[in-house]
Amino acid sequence: MTDKTTLKITYREALKQGMHEALINNNKVFLMGEDVGRYGGAFAVSKGFLEEFGEDRIMDVPLSESGFVGAGIGSALAGMRPIVEVMTVNFSLLALDQIINNAATLLHMSGGQINVPVVIRMNSGIGNQLAAQHSHSWEPFYAHIPGLKIVSAGTHEDARGMLLTALESPDPVVIFEYTSLLNMESEIPSGSGAVDIDKAKVRREGKDLSIITYGPGVYKALAAAEILASSGIDVEIIDLRVLNPIDNETIINSVAKTLERLCGIEVPIPYPKHLEDASIPQKQDIVDSALKMIQND
Amino acid sequence: MEKEGIKTNATISRELGLKLLHQMILIRRFEEKSAELYTKEKIRGFLHLYIGEEAVAVGAMHSLKEDDNILSTYREHGHALARGLDPGSIMAEMYGKQEGCSMGRGGSMHLFDASKRFYGGNAIVGGHLPMAVGMALASKKQGLNNITCCFFGEGAIAEGEFHESMNLAALWEVPVLFLCENNLYGMGTALRFSHSVQDLEKKGAAYGVESAKTNGMDLLEVKKAVEKATAYIKSTGKPYFLVCNTYRFRAHSMFDAQLYREKKEVDEWKKRDPILTFSDQLLQNELISGDDIDTIEDKVSKEVQKAVDFAEAGTFEPVEDLKKYVYSP
Repeated sequence: MTDKTTLKITYREALKQGMHEALINNNKVFLMGEDVGRYGGAFAVSKGFLEEFGEDRIMDVPLSESGFVGAGIGSALAGMRPIVEVMTVNFSLLALDQIINNAATLLHMSGGQINVPVVIRMNSGIGNQLAAQHSHSWEPFYAHIPGLKIVSAGTHEDARGMLLTALESPDPVVIFEYTSLLNMESEIPSGSGAVDIDKAKVRREGKDLSIITYGPGVYKALAAAEILASSGIDVEIIDLRVLNPIDNETIINSVAKTLERLCGIEVPIPYPKHLEDASIPQKQDIVDSALKMIQND
Repeated sequence: MEKEGIKTNATISRELGLKLLHQMILIRRFEEKSAELYTKEKIRGFLHLYIGEEAVAVGAMHSLKEDDNILSTYREHGHALARGLDPGSIMAEMYGKQEGCSMGRGGSMHLFDASKRFYGGNAIVGGHLPMAVGMALASKKQGLNNITCCFFGEGAIAEGEFHESMNLAALWEVPVLFLCENNLYGMGTALRFSHSVQDLEKKGAAYGVESAKTNGMDLLEVKKAVEKATAYIKSTGKPYFLVCNTYRFRAHSMFDAQLYREKKEVDEWKKRDPILTFSDQLLQNELISGDDIDTIEDKVSKEVQKAVDFAEAGTFEPVEDLKKYVYSP
């Protein structure tokens, strides 16, 4: 149902529009990352930006994750508003010292003197048979680092709007984006812009069961909910969105209705498709679990 | 009036000589007092003394401007004092009192003062080098004329961050001074056991970074070398790598039995004590008299006591404030 008030775009295009708007809005904002310029972004999210904004604002960096993430943090200390793109969460492990020991600690350790207004974006997740080293999902780990704000863009609207709000934050924000969603199309309101990065969101209201998820789990859970609805089961879906500091209120309000835990299996992600798929909950797993829970009641 | 072992071509004024000597003696006495307070358990955690290396901080800081950014290591009391942080706020910080320069949150290893552009007190070896590059990058992007000076020990040169930072700084042509204080030991491991190439300044060539070394035991030599470095950085906008060869007279920290070096070696280096060297230079050029040194010692003694009194009178942050500044208010 496309009409004047909505816009059908891919998740990639949503990310691109958000970043474009950020670069237009504030000339202190610049993008730095591996292959963000001449290559157009590893996932083509910043394609055309170098031509439009120039080398000062769109900086290709060498393969030095600790070095360039640290430099992004330093530039934030000294008046800039960097968007640091770490191609994927997998490579961010090489920059962990900078993220944990510098970005996350400086404000508290300096007694409130030193703000670190850096935004770090990284792709995460599985789904392309990339095997263990390229299939990490370290959101839960990052969410346990005090001092960092951790957000997860599980919808097109959040892909479009989270960055803009993150760039207003005086504190470091890590935005997780998802390779598996890049080509997915969805409709967003045509005037979409900044979204809050404080609260979880109820993506679907229901009364029988709460599914609490984030990232690619959101659309998967919504699809599962349609199947369950045909069996007369009314599922509520919470998109956490902000993994730290977590919005307990929304969760508690929802699970006051019902609660069950559904999660992946903690293994290094294997290469074969069937094993990769089995590593995280799929649409059918969500349906099966929901049915089992309801039937056990 | 050439005299053995003493450079007599000192080209500084009496006023400046007195000021710099005062700073070096303040650092020395402040740290001796800190060591004493550590044994009394007034100061806890790690305490890394700078004694023996004072010429580097004082000589370098004198050549840096108010709008320059400074980043240092966990052995940074000297840099903080030379930068003009209040001795009382540093002592209070080491006491963990909220009147400290980091509200007592950081302790000895994490002295901060944003108003003095003093960005730590960074205690992960090599971890602050990328930030220094970023601060210099921000200066370039904003068209500022300031430089960023990053102090680190030779231990950091074995870290990947040194190599990444040198490459990035040269590639981006940013105004950063990488100032290595080579005190010959990374904790207890000597330079020869940790670096394949021990002429550290040679490493700059791999990145196309202008590099030099200087005698870090001689304040005037350090001052001259840093003036040359900053002039180069300001005129070209490019990075510079300066190695100041120096020596730490005290243990690495208060937990170090110094099994890795001979007392004889330490005694040999003590003959090159930077404070004695500088005061001799001033005396032999008849810029100061013995009375001047007594006056400085007297003033410093009062300053250090004032700092201790300030720290003693300080207060601890209420536990209810523990979560304050995890995120901005």
